[in-house]
Amino acid sequence: MNTVLKIAIPVGLGIAVIAAWQWAVTALAISPIVLPGPDAIARAFVSDFANLSAALWTTLRITIVAFVLAVVGGVALAVLFSQSRIIETALFPYAVILQVTPVVAIAPIVTIWVGYDNINAVLLILAWIVAFFPILANTTLGLRSADHNLIDLFRLYGASRWQILWKLRFPSALPYLLSAMKVSGGLALIGVVVAEFAAGTGTATGLAWLITLATRNLHMATAFAALVLLSILGIVIFFVLSALEWALLHRWHESAIARER
Amino acid sequence: MPALLTLSAISKTFANGTVALGPMDLSIQEGEFVSLVGPSGCGKSTALRLIAGLIAPTGGTVQFPQGRPETGFVFQEPTLMPWADALANAMMPLRLKGVAASEAEDRAAAALKRVGLSDFLHAYPRALSGGMKMRVSIARALAAGPKLLLMDEPFAALDEFTRQALNDDLLALWAEDKLTVTFVTHSVFESAYLSTRVVMVTPRPGRIAAVIDQHPPVPRDASFRLTPEFSAYAGHISNALKQAMEGAH
Ligand SMILES: Nc1ncnc2c1ncn2[C@@H]1O[C@H](COP(=O)(O)OP(=O)(O)O)[C@@H](O)[C@H]1O
Ligand SMILES: [Mg+2]
Repeated sequence: MNTVLKIAIPVGLGIAVIAAWQWAVTALAISPIVLPGPDAIARAFVSDFANLSAALWTTLRITIVAFVLAVVGGVALAVLFSQSRIIETALFPYAVILQVTPVVAIAPIVTIWVGYDNINAVLLILAWIVAFFPILANTTLGLRSADHNLIDLFRLYGASRWQILWKLRFPSALPYLLSAMKVSGGLALIGVVVAEFAAGTGTATGLAWLITLATRNLHMATAFAALVLLSILGIVIFFVLSALEWALLHRWHESAIARER
Repeated sequence: MPALLTLSAISKTFANGTVALGPMDLSIQEGEFVSLVGPSGCGKSTALRLIAGLIAPTGGTVQFPQGRPETGFVFQEPTLMPWADALANAMMPLRLKGVAASEAEDRAAAALKRVGLSDFLHAYPRALSGGMKMRVSIARALAAGPKLLLMDEPFAALDEFTRQALNDDLLALWAEDKLTVTFVTHSVFESAYLSTRVVMVTPRPGRIAAVIDQHPPVPRDASFRLTPEFSAYAGHISNALKQAMEGAH
């Protein structure tokens, strides 16, 4: 399939669905409280622009910080694990426990501990917990995936532990890390949104809170507009991270060959 | 002249209880091309890793009467860093030894030129054929200027044409650099063609079943494969291998 069709087909489908939606809402006289039409959502974007963009900025900012901290923390802990089996054996089960406990269930507790007046810190912590684990698990696996014969060769030529880590284990782990980052970027956003709903307070000012507020007041068009922004944000995060992956790997990694076919 | 390396009653038992090797006595002179031949699992790789100092023997000693020589290692797989181009791969040993980048680059480029890859300095491994990757692997071993070259079934995964071409190139490099080569193979013909001495190893635990001295012409070329001398060597090795296998049962 050529590139033009690959873009044209989904875009065409999208336009058709929006058109059908608009037609249904108008022809069947559906109340905007139940389902606002695309036109109403578009008007909400204009009229609520200030609120929407402020909320978008809050959500985006916390997502990015949580994601960056998840990458830094996950990689640092993975490096520690790769250097010491004892540390890994001691800590890994707790990382798993953190991962399998639903964030919605931890949210109220963290909120009490950190405080309603520090709600952004609460969101940050919860999003970090969600985004952290894939980075840790994949990077640990990647650091361990380095070719054993290459490790022997490095040793034969007198490489230090640090040189083996930096020049061999780290590049071997890079494809694993980058694919984990694509997952984690999306999870960080989900984490912020879920945490905002779960914390359920007016001190949170992101898109999820805007949706809560808009639905309470039956401003469905605004809620839909915020939802659209969340989707776009998720897509942008995915594409940015995919582009980063491509930039770093396309020259040498096998996954890039498959994409060229 | 003292030997380059001497294995005395060397043995290896792995932590899981596998008795992989020995006891084995073997002395290798400077300039020899010694092939270790034996069925897989008989401890040949273990022997090379012991010589390289990558693992410690359970019993016996590895001695280097003239001091530990600069050692190169070539595996059955090319074992290249996929994120580095041919030049950076060949530079790796030199860089790890602390040679400055510009000098390492010159020496690595020269080594790649010797294996016929001067047009592929900046090619990544995934763009190279199996034979070319193996050439990069050999260039990497040569770049550091080894005295002892340990090769573990380096050409086993290649097609017959590529394998023969690389055999000839290896012989030329061996003669030019006055290398001492310890070469593991399970190909009777390859060992007959390359070696000055063939060491037959029995199945687990690896012990020396026979040592066959060969006196091939130096330099050798592909026409050597057609001589009665070569056929005699191959027949000899083949019989010794058969006997070693029967003795083991
Ligand atoms: N690290 C290891 N731990 C346990 N057993 C090993 C290890 N390396 C090799 N072995 C075992 O030792 C025996 C000899 O292995 P190897 O030296 O690789 O044989 P070869 O190279 O002749 O095929 C085999 O049975 C193999 O399974
Ligand atoms: Mg082997």
